[in-house]
Amino acid sequence: MDYLLTDEQRMLVELAQQIAEERIKPVRAELDEHEIFPTEIMQDLAQADLFGVIIPEEYGGLGLGTLENCLVLEALATACVGVATTYAASFLGAYPLLLFGSEAQKQKYLPILARGEQLSAFALTESQAGSDASAIQTVAVRDGDHYVLNGTKQWITNAGEAGIYTLVAMTDRSKGARGASAFLVEVGDPGVSFGKKEQKMGIRASTTREIILQDVRLPADRLISKEGMGFIIAMKTLDHSRPGVGALAVGLAQGALTEAVTFARQRHQFGSPIISFQAIQHMLADMATAVEAGRALVYSVARYIDSHPKDFGRQSAMSKLFATDMAMKVTTDAVQILGGHGYMREYPVEKMMRDAKILQIFEGTNQILRNVIGLALNKEFGKKAK
Amino acid sequence: MNIIVCIKQVPETQEVRLDPVTHTLKREGVKSIINPFDLYALEEGLRVREARGGRVTVLTMGPPQAESALREALTYGADQAVLLSDKAFAGADTWATSLTLARGIAKLGGADLVFCGKQAIDGDTAQVGPEVATFLDIPYVSWARRLEFAADGLLRVERLLDHGYDLLEVDLPALITVVKEINEPRVPSFKAKLKAKSAPIPVYGAADLDLDPATVGLTGSYTQVVKVFPPPARGQRERLSGTPEEMAARLWQRMQAAVQR
Repeated sequence: MDYLLTDEQRMLVELAQQIAEERIKPVRAELDEHEIFPTEIMQDLAQADLFGVIIPEEYGGLGLGTLENCLVLEALATACVGVATTYAASFLGAYPLLLFGSEAQKQKYLPILARGEQLSAFALTESQAGSDASAIQTVAVRDGDHYVLNGTKQWITNAGEAGIYTLVAMTDRSKGARGASAFLVEVGDPGVSFGKKEQKMGIRASTTREIILQDVRLPADRLISKEGMGFIIAMKTLDHSRPGVGALAVGLAQGALTEAVTFARQRHQFGSPIISFQAIQHMLADMATAVEAGRALVYSVARYIDSHPKDFGRQSAMSKLFATDMAMKVTTDAVQILGGHGYMREYPVEKMMRDAKILQIFEGTNQILRNVIGLALNKEFGKKAK
Repeated sequence: MNIIVCIKQVPETQEVRLDPVTHTLKREGVKSIINPFDLYALEEGLRVREARGGRVTVLTMGPPQAESALREALTYGADQAVLLSDKAFAGADTWATSLTLARGIAKLGGADLVFCGKQAIDGDTAQVGPEVATFLDIPYVSWARRLEFAADGLLRVERLLDHGYDLLEVDLPALITVVKEINEPRVPSFKAKLKAKSAPIPVYGAADLDLDPATVGLTGSYTQVVKVFPPPARGQRERLSGTPEEMAARLWQRMQAAVQR
C-alpha cells in the first residue's frame, strides 16, 4: 500500500528499518532470553537523531509529528517490541513537558532528550491506581518553595534507566482527580530509589521497576503547569501517545505476518508447501487484511492529531484499541501457522505473541479505551439531541 | 586534521557473475553498495575527526552512478564527497585506479590521513590502498586493527596478522587500510541524510587532474585480463570408513594409484 508519504518520511522509515534489520534483529532473541536492557541500540537511535522526532527544532529535535513518530515505532517494532517500547516510553515521559512544560523546563530538559543523552519515563500507575488513575496515593506537600514527595510508583517502563521522570502525585487528596499534579523528577534527586526489575511475560528487553519516593524535596519549579493539572496532563499525554502504541502493534503484526508467509512458503506437508492449502491461505489473508486495516487507522489518526484538532481522545483510543487487539490475534495465528516450530523459541513468533499481550494492557487497558470511546459517543449524541 | 576516505561502489552479491566476452563483472540487476570494508575506514576517519578535529572527505573513482555511494557515505557524517569520473577512467586496473585516486587526493590539497578498506569484495586485490600511498610518496600501514596517536605525534598502528599483530609507528601524512576488527561502524543520522540528499558533489575528470588519458583507464593499465573463469566445482568426493588402520591403507592405495596414472 502507498500511504502517500513524503520523501522525508520515507527516509525516516528507511533509517528506522535499517536499524531494525542491522542492530535489533540479530540480538532480539538474546535480549529477550536474558532480559538485557538495549543500551547500545538506544545509542544507535540517538546517533541516528531518532530521539528528536517529536521534539521541536528549537530544542534540538527534528520537529516532526505524530505520524513520523508512528512510522519510526512501526519500523522498530517489526524487529522487537521490547526495544521499541523502551524508545517509545521515553517520548511518553517527554509529552507532559512538550505539552505543558514552561519555557525554562523545556530549555533545560528537551535538548538532553532530543540528543538521546538521557531517557525519560512517565510515572502514573501505582499499586492501587491502575485504570483508576484518580486513586493515586503518592503525595506532594508544599513546603515553602519546595514540594516534598512520598509514595511508590509501580510498573514504570525505563525506571532506573531513565534520567528524567514526569510523575503524577496528589497535591490535594480531598479534590480527587482534580487534586493531582505533575512533577519533573531527576534520577539523582535525594530520596529517589528504584525497586527490583520486574520479570515479565513479554517485552523483556525493556526494563520495568517501581519508583520509590522518600521525602524527595523538589524545588517548586519542578511542578509542571499548575497544581491540580496532573490528571489533565496525564490524559492529554496518553491521548498523544496511544497512536504510537497502535504503531508498535502494526509493526509487530507485520513482523509476525512476514514470518508466517515466509514459513508457509517453505514448509512442505503432504508433498506441497503449506501455503498452497486454503486453510493456511485464508488465515494469512485475514492476517494481512487486519494488519493493513490497523495501519490505515493508525496513520489516519496520527495525521488527524497532526492537524491539531481540539479533542481527539476518542480517535486516539480507537487506533490503540483496534491495532493492539489485531496484533494479539495476528501473532497468535502466526504461531498457529508455524505449528510446533512456532511454539519453539528457535523461531521469533512465540516472542511476538508474548510481546503482543502487553499492548492490550498498558497506556490504558483496551477495556478502559472502550469506555473512553463509549463516553465520547454518548457526549457527542447528547449534544446533537439538544 | 585533513582526512580522506577512499571508497568503492561494489555489487551486493555473493555470487558474482562474469561476462564471458569482456571478462568484467556483470552488474545489471545487482544492487550496488559501499564496499563493506570501506565503511570501517569511514568510521575510523569520523572517529579521528571527533577526537582530533578536522574534516572528512570521501573520495571515489567510478561511473556517474557511483555518486549514490558517496551520498550514502555522507549520511554517516562525512563533511564532503568528491567523485572522480571520466570515460577515460573506464576499465582501469589497480595501477591506473591508484594513480587516479592519488591525483584526486593531490587535487584536494593532500591529506594528513588517508583511509581505505583492506580490500574490495569484488576484485579482492587489496592493492589499491598501498599503491595510492606509493603514488603519493607517503608511508602506509595495511590491515590496521587499532590506531593510537602517540605524544610525539607519531601514529601507532596495530597491524593484524594471522597470528597476533605487529605494532608499527608511522609519521603523518600516511595511508591506513583497515580490517573490520578496528571498530563498529555507526548508523546513519537523519539530519545527515537530509543534507546528503542535496549536497553538491564535485566531479573531476582526467583534465581536471592533469592526467594524460593514455595513463589512466584501460590504456593506462598494465594488467591484461586474458581469461576469467569461476573455479571448477569440486569433483566427486569419497568418504573412507573403517578403523584408522583400514582407512590409512585404503588412502595409501589411492595415492599409489593416482601416482601411477
